[in-house]
Amino acid sequence: MAAILDITPENAWVALGRRLQQDRAGAISLAIVALYLFMILLAAVGYLAGGWSEEVGVPYANPAFLGDRPNLEAALAQRAKRQRGHVPDLSAVDPLAPKYGEWEKRTEQLKTTQRERTLTLPWGGDQFGRDVLAKAIKGSQVSIAVGVFAALFATLIGTLLGALAGFYGRWVSDFLEWVYNVFTSIPTILLVFALAAVLRSGPLGQVFASGIWMVVIILAVTGWTGMYRLVRAEYMKHRSREYVLAAQAIGASAASRMFVHILPNVSHVILVQLSLLVVAFIKVEVILSFLGLGVPIDMVSWGTMLAEAQTELIIGKWWQLAAATVFMAIFLTAFSMLTDSLRDALDPKLR
Amino acid sequence: MAGYILRRLWQMVPTLAGVILLIFFVFKFFGGDPAQILAGQVASQEQIDVIRRSLGLDQPWYVQLGIFVRDIFTFDFGKSWMTREQVSDIFLTRLPATLTITIPILLLEVSLAIPIAMLVAYHRGALLDRVLMAICVAAMSISFLVYIIVGQYVFGFELGWFPVQGWGDSFWKNLVAYAPLPIILATLVSLAPQTRLYRSFFLDETKNDYVRTARAKGLSDPTILRRHVLPNAMVPVLTNVALLLPGVFVGSFLLEIFFSIPGLGREVYIAVNRSDYPVIQAFTAYLAVITMFINLAADLLYRLVDPRIQLL
Repeated sequence: MAAILDITPENAWVALGRRLQQDRAGAISLAIVALYLFMILLAAVGYLAGGWSEEVGVPYANPAFLGDRPNLEAALAQRAKRQRGHVPDLSAVDPLAPKYGEWEKRTEQLKTTQRERTLTLPWGGDQFGRDVLAKAIKGSQVSIAVGVFAALFATLIGTLLGALAGFYGRWVSDFLEWVYNVFTSIPTILLVFALAAVLRSGPLGQVFASGIWMVVIILAVTGWTGMYRLVRAEYMKHRSREYVLAAQAIGASAASRMFVHILPNVSHVILVQLSLLVVAFIKVEVILSFLGLGVPIDMVSWGTMLAEAQTELIIGKWWQLAAATVFMAIFLTAFSMLTDSLRDALDPKLR
Repeated sequence: MAGYILRRLWQMVPTLAGVILLIFFVFKFFGGDPAQILAGQVASQEQIDVIRRSLGLDQPWYVQLGIFVRDIFTFDFGKSWMTREQVSDIFLTRLPATLTITIPILLLEVSLAIPIAMLVAYHRGALLDRVLMAICVAAMSISFLVYIIVGQYVFGFELGWFPVQGWGDSFWKNLVAYAPLPIILATLVSLAPQTRLYRSFFLDETKNDYVRTARAKGLSDPTILRRHVLPNAMVPVLTNVALLLPGVFVGSFLLEIFFSIPGLGREVYIAVNRSDYPVIQAFTAYLAVITMFINLAADLLYRLVDPRIQLL
């Protein structure tokens, strides 16, 4: 008898890790996601793709495996540069002509370095000759960071409000249900557009002029409703369970019951929904950045790469489109599969 | 039934009030000074004051809120700040173009996804099922943007099967010439998630006792699926279609932007870029109202499909 009582229950997270390892698709997707996270960690501290904005190649430099391809655009750019020296003399009619000498002198004071531009880059170059591979890596960092942070904020809002509504019920629930109804009756994309409009041209426009936080806030404020609904339903189920009543009996406060006792028991629902949100938010971020409503212009994301790719495709420069698509598709596929495995591993009914 | 509809309409009042408050205060507190946006970079204080008075911005906030509420209920949002076009005219003239592409998309994706989902549900676990589901996951991971960019390039530019973009005055010409490419692209893209979802609806139904009974009395699997499972699975399918319905108004904004279709979504996007607040506010308010009515209509539809559902 004593032997049976000695068995300590397996830690839930250890069990989750064990189950994920047994699931082959889950393990592979976990490895890919981990690889991406390692890559964006290196990119964030500057070891990788730090020079993505430097013009290292000729415009539209060919990918290394297509080195012999004619590059008309680069040749045209070279010719334009050479001809810049032979401007016909217009000083008789040019009102700015007297100032040219002074400007020349000032130009000479500035130090400029001529960089040798390479003809080919590992995965080609964009219109300025920036390395597309470096852009894709840096873009992964930005897009994934936006998705993850926005999902975390949305989860925070949704969990907090859902916990309050589900735990207290009555007027708290009625009020929060009203807020939920208001947010869900406005089509999401309109809410996103409206927030983008006011945050860009309003007084907060200066605050959010750089960095990813404007997109993160827009996504979080518009995307918390699903999480709220799920968490509320879970809390309604749990609040009158025996373990919660027992906690109340030994004097646990409402906050303690909500976040110390119930929260760990609903965390699997939150975790799965959180990873679904990451995928959804990355997709929206890509669209917003494509439309110019997302990350600022001095940053690169998968969306801004696709925005450039549209015109590049017409002149046959397909590599930037391919790079952004492949980086995004692999990550999102792996992350979606990981979410599926996570859901299977966390679902108590399937054990 | 009439009592139910009345009660639902009554319940819309607080929600609509919330929507109006939300839109008003978001623009009031975060939107900055409209007069400054309108006047531009170089404007004298007098110019700004004149604009402010003409927009009623010198009034206290509750008067402004009153004006805003009146605008919504009289369907008169005044003129666009940028084009001086009546906002209600913009809404009504852009709506047909949007519906011309979104309604065919909705009809096509539902009528294609149901048979495909039934097929894979029938072959569940077999190679066909697993291959199709893997394709669905991969297809869903590629951005909608990529499908549009590549589709427009390949079918419009390279192959020349469809016009690259454009829109005309004749409804039939639009539907036959300009709408097909965006419709086909959007249908292909939404097919993957829809199929995956409907497959799970069918599989959930097949676990029920009535399926076992039908099999016990000797019915073949295709018959069971068609005669018994399909009608029951239609309830969650319809729920999902009801969720998609509000999307027919602005859901196609990307297509409209890419293919230069003068629809609602593209108009909102243009308004955002111009900081044209009246247009954004009016569209948001009206589409919220439309969404509420669609949701009511969807709930009434359930009753037609499933007589067990009591509307209380």
